[in-house]
Amino acid sequence: MLQTYQYPKFEYVKPAELADATTRRVPVVVVGAGPVGLAAAIECRLKDIPVLLLDDDDTVSVGSRGVCYAKRALEILDRIGCGDRVCGKGVSWNVGRTFFRDREVYSFNLVPEPDHKRPGMVNLQQYYLEEYEVTRARQAGVDLRWRNKVVSVSRHEDHVALKVETPDGFYTLEADWLIVADGARSPIRHMLGLDIEGRIFMDRFLIADVVMKADFPAERWFWFDPPFHPGQSVLLHKQADNVWRIDFQLGWQADPEEEKKPEKVIPRIKAMLGDDREFELEWVSVYTFQCRRMGRFRHGRVLFVGDAAHQVSPFGARGANSGYQDTDNLGWKLALVMAGQAPEALLDTYSDERAQAADENILNSTRSTDFITPKSPVSLAFRNAVLALAQDHPFARKLVNSGRLSVPAFLTGSVLNTPDADPFAGDMVPGAPMDDAPVIDNGADGWLLDKVGNAFHALYFAEDPAAVDQAIAAALGDLALGPVAVKPMVVSSRPGPVAGGIPVLVDSKGVAAKRYDARPGTVYLVRPDQHVAARWRGLDPAKVKAAVARATCNA
Amino acid sequence: MPLNLNPNFFEPGKRYFRDFSPGDDFYEMLIETHRDLTEAQSAQVNAKLILLLSNHIGDITVLREAMAIARAGA
Repeated sequence: MLQTYQYPKFEYVKPAELADATTRRVPVVVVGAGPVGLAAAIECRLKDIPVLLLDDDDTVSVGSRGVCYAKRALEILDRIGCGDRVCGKGVSWNVGRTFFRDREVYSFNLVPEPDHKRPGMVNLQQYYLEEYEVTRARQAGVDLRWRNKVVSVSRHEDHVALKVETPDGFYTLEADWLIVADGARSPIRHMLGLDIEGRIFMDRFLIADVVMKADFPAERWFWFDPPFHPGQSVLLHKQADNVWRIDFQLGWQADPEEEKKPEKVIPRIKAMLGDDREFELEWVSVYTFQCRRMGRFRHGRVLFVGDAAHQVSPFGARGANSGYQDTDNLGWKLALVMAGQAPEALLDTYSDERAQAADENILNSTRSTDFITPKSPVSLAFRNAVLALAQDHPFARKLVNSGRLSVPAFLTGSVLNTPDADPFAGDMVPGAPMDDAPVIDNGADGWLLDKVGNAFHALYFAEDPAAVDQAIAAALGDLALGPVAVKPMVVSSRPGPVAGGIPVLVDSKGVAAKRYDARPGTVYLVRPDQHVAARWRGLDPAKVKAAVARATCNA
Repeated sequence: MPLNLNPNFFEPGKRYFRDFSPGDDFYEMLIETHRDLTEAQSAQVNAKLILLLSNHIGDITVLREAMAIARAGA
């Protein structure tokens, strides 16, 4: 098969612990150097926490696997310093076509909503993503240990004990905190005897990555029941390097080993392309999937993230995308607990908030799966009726569900939110993932989401910086001195200085004020993971402090 | 009022942050209504559903339009 990608081989280095047979105590160990484990380790370094990342392999994801990275994941990748490379290499698509049997039912053009830094999604092979994150992790000072396999784990009151196997033998470690990112089969979850429950889908899918020899439109094509693959679904979309992902539903009876053979795969693709377009196979795999999650993602000092904690069907790209949001949610909470600035109860809210998000992801991906692969004759009849009506009627198009692309959960039920006391319009409710907006910072064009994150921020909206009087400036400045620091910022329609050197973001197009339904005097308290914690129509420092206490379980 | 062919699902009192959610809520409920039924039972359930909803709509000009669209291409 053709290879457009050279797999890096990361060097195994004999750990020092083997030589002196000591048991080192480390603040954080992350297990699993996939996209989510790498993000978790980088996140720790951004908080100055020493971190050891163990992986039993010495390269990146073999085969592409994950493909679609949605806007929220790209924003998190921006915050941890990988966004530009991922977006630079990844490809965007806007046009999607939906086919039913032998005809196109409709097409859509997802022109990105203006005034956001990142698009709705980019497509990129997983190995590139991991490679970029490895580079970033090294630069950030993560102690990356390849071919270090955890073979036993035990939980203790104030630490987790690990036994690690290397090519040179075994060593032991003690971690104050263990972040488990070892994937869907999670050996550590098994070692700890923890359950994960949900639904297995009785279906198999073939994925083929092919290199097209000629031009082919950068569009997403989805077929229901096409003539070249009757009774099943097929998805085609583009990745970097002219590699295309083709996903064939096979049905439960299919023999995975047989289906993977090039002599079986190539005719399928030829029938689909319908002409003599030349292509070469790069990678083929057959997969099944489950929708399930652990009851809790925190077990004492062991914290589960990504596929180890929850799994969804691939429809809607809610796997790695939700894993990034786990580390986004966990990172700041763990840092506050480790610094003694918040009680351990804050980590239970990691589990609560991300379990709610996992349920939403499982719900959406299960619904997509049930639409794409109907399980009964009546379900198939409704599905086909929706598709038949979709050609002419907008209501039916909205019901066509070939995957609801990953979007972040609104954590509206979280105990960390301070409920609104003042009336607001729009979606930026307490618990909402922040909307982006273009802003000017010190004369340079930028984005709101690049200016916040990694700390609590108080955004004070004003018409004019001159309207921010001494008393307000002093009160904003005081917020930085609380037990948990809050960085103040003024978001103003016009440029100008504010007393006390408080940074001013100029909302030159008025987009921020509109998206946040802000008026002069409006205050938003936002979390380090760029979610809204509280908001008011005026600044009352006591209320802001109470909301910070609430958002950190210090109330 | 003519037959509404634009997306129109909602649940009073429920807040939606994603435009596909109310339609997906409806569709799941529809499929769930048929769970574990035989084909004959499902056909009966569908017939009853059409009768109930038709009576609720009441306006025969609307129903006539819907029936014509449903029958076209059958």
